[in-house]
Amino acid sequence: MRYNPLACIALATTICAGTAAADFKIAFIDPLSGGAASAGVSAQKHLAFFTDKINAAGGLNGEKITVLSYDNKVSPQESLIMLKKALDEGARIVMQGNGSSVAHAITDAVLKHNERNPGHEVLFFNYAAIDPALTNEKCHFWHFRFDADVDMKMTALTDTIAKDPKIKKVYLINQDYSFGKAVAAAARSMLAAKRPDIQIVGDELHPLQKVQDFSPYVAKIKASGADTVITGNWSNDMLLLFKAGKDAGLRMNWYTYYGGGLGSVPAIGKDGVGMLKHVTEYHNNVFPQMTADEVAFKKRFPDKGDELFYWRLRNTFLLLDAAAKKAKSNDPVKLARALEGMKLDTPVGPMEMRADNHQLLQPLFVSTLSDKTKYDIEGTGLGFVTDAKLDAQSTALPTTCKMQRPPA
Amino acid sequence: MELVTFSLLNGVVYGLLLFMLSSGLTLIFSMMGVLNFAHASVFMLGAYFSYQIGRWIGFWPALVLAPLLCGLVGAAIERYGLRRVHPKGHVAEILFTFGLSYVIAELVIMAWGRNPIENRVPAVIDFPLFQLFGTSYPFYKGLMMAISVGMFTFLYLAFKRTRVGLVIQAALTHPQMVSALGHDVPRLFVLVFAIGSALAGLAGVIGGFALLTEPNMALSLGPIVFVVVVVGGLGSIPGAFIASMLIGIVQTFAVALDYSLLDFMHVVGVTVTRASPFHEVLAIKIAQAAPIIPYLLLVVMLIVRPRGILGTRET
Repeated sequence: MRYNPLACIALATTICAGTAAADFKIAFIDPLSGGAASAGVSAQKHLAFFTDKINAAGGLNGEKITVLSYDNKVSPQESLIMLKKALDEGARIVMQGNGSSVAHAITDAVLKHNERNPGHEVLFFNYAAIDPALTNEKCHFWHFRFDADVDMKMTALTDTIAKDPKIKKVYLINQDYSFGKAVAAAARSMLAAKRPDIQIVGDELHPLQKVQDFSPYVAKIKASGADTVITGNWSNDMLLLFKAGKDAGLRMNWYTYYGGGLGSVPAIGKDGVGMLKHVTEYHNNVFPQMTADEVAFKKRFPDKGDELFYWRLRNTFLLLDAAAKKAKSNDPVKLARALEGMKLDTPVGPMEMRADNHQLLQPLFVSTLSDKTKYDIEGTGLGFVTDAKLDAQSTALPTTCKMQRPPA
Repeated sequence: MELVTFSLLNGVVYGLLLFMLSSGLTLIFSMMGVLNFAHASVFMLGAYFSYQIGRWIGFWPALVLAPLLCGLVGAAIERYGLRRVHPKGHVAEILFTFGLSYVIAELVIMAWGRNPIENRVPAVIDFPLFQLFGTSYPFYKGLMMAISVGMFTFLYLAFKRTRVGLVIQAALTHPQMVSALGHDVPRLFVLVFAIGSALAGLAGVIGGFALLTEPNMALSLGPIVFVVVVVGGLGSIPGAFIASMLIGIVQTFAVALDYSLLDFMHVVGVTVTRASPFHEVLAIKIAQAAPIIPYLLLVVMLIVRPRGILGTRET
């Protein structure tokens, strides 16, 4: 078949130009290639799912949402280049989650951009970078966080540890960057306050996403005599740590942030039953029946491992939709004002976007891996059961944020 | 004691895995003078092939078939790619293999997806080999050691003690002469490249479930393999063996050492406070710095002894 390539290009540009004018653009800047791509690609699917839902219902004040994806390879430098591109394309919201180091770079750049370009503001929706600094000393009006921060999650984990008298020796192993250090610091101070009798027998920092084989670390954990490990490791660092632990027959309590992440439950397998705990805003056994969104998500993305994992992205778009309705405008400044202090009901309970530091308060669940659940994870036959549910308000912590708002 | 024993075991296993990976590379380099950047990609292919074949017909056939397939891939790369590029010199070869590594990574993503695949230890070899201090030692790690040592013996004997090995060695330095004596030099090169790739494939079969099978594995293991080859001496198989063991053991023991320069200075009698300059750097524990030790070794080696431990030529 003969075709004219020039005509195709011309056609494509007219289609783009035709729709571009009336679109509400969200720039998604996250790893879409390289070692952390699995997390980025999964979130990308969630974005497609939830924005399509809003678009099907008429969009934001009549504007259709378009998601522009940019691959940052978890590099702060790349992210800044991508952010520049996104701003040139007219993005009104930037979304990012993987890597607090990246979030720090973006939040600084967004603040600078908004100060210099009044009338062309952009909002930063952070769905997973949970370094507490982002909503404390580095907070600003344009940044909103939709995931509970390190300290909020550690409060939930240490509350559970405090109730278990069998725990005597704790080993901390974390990634060597701002987030991992924040986890270790939070664990130390909270354990000292809640269970001074617990001994911290190790405080390990290892390079981020560089370790191929965790056996040496596992040997060290074993030698320390620890009965419990606390870790904020995510993606391959979590999975490989479990794998090395399983090889060495390591049986301990795992208190994790991301022990339920993609690939991690298959890696620990039956060894994790009753031992592996994590703290999340949702897991698929919260309700006896899957919610309609989960069913629809599974139908659209039927591959193994594609589950509605980011419940907080569901919350994010619920809030965005409600804010647009309340503000009766899609102007980022008005959206931000509408979001501040916004309260919404969700199936798991009410949530609130704090006005003082832009941290979302949502119910949190501490849950344990079990082999007797209705819904499992990645076809393993294992799933999480809730140990404790924390109401949104009970997760709130004091903040040092001094929010500077633009003059009305 | 327990920690020392296990660190030693882990170090030896890691070292032997590194050797499996680098032996094929150093073989290709020593015989053909080609720095093959796609080597780690073939290793990755080995991991994916064995996973796929293992699912169809079981682990043991996969252990044989996957390396053979990788050998065929290697032969094809040499015959239809490298041979054409070879006359244009080293830069062309390096660019070709470098580009090829990206192509292979993309093909793998197209075939198996971006996420790590569930390449678990096959059930037939998933049992403890022995118990030590209450810690079980998995059988597959023993198998890994055996294969690696077997590989070393095979390579060493094949190229030092057999006629084919001698001819291949001669072909590298004096290709015209060897060709004039009636040997088919291009075919020898295909053979060497195929064997090197098959070894990478074999390493991939074991490394695939020992590590993580994902499209990024070639990229993350590539640099360390080059460190082994350079430190050991380009083109020396015993050198690569020594270098892999050295790196494996040093890196593993470093993880166990929770000391920093700060502690050392403390012992010597120098007090450093938080306010002192370089406090952050001095406070880094050896354990934290463990993964950069091989690269440090590489830099030091290039300064002090550029030809590597057992290398014969300056590079």
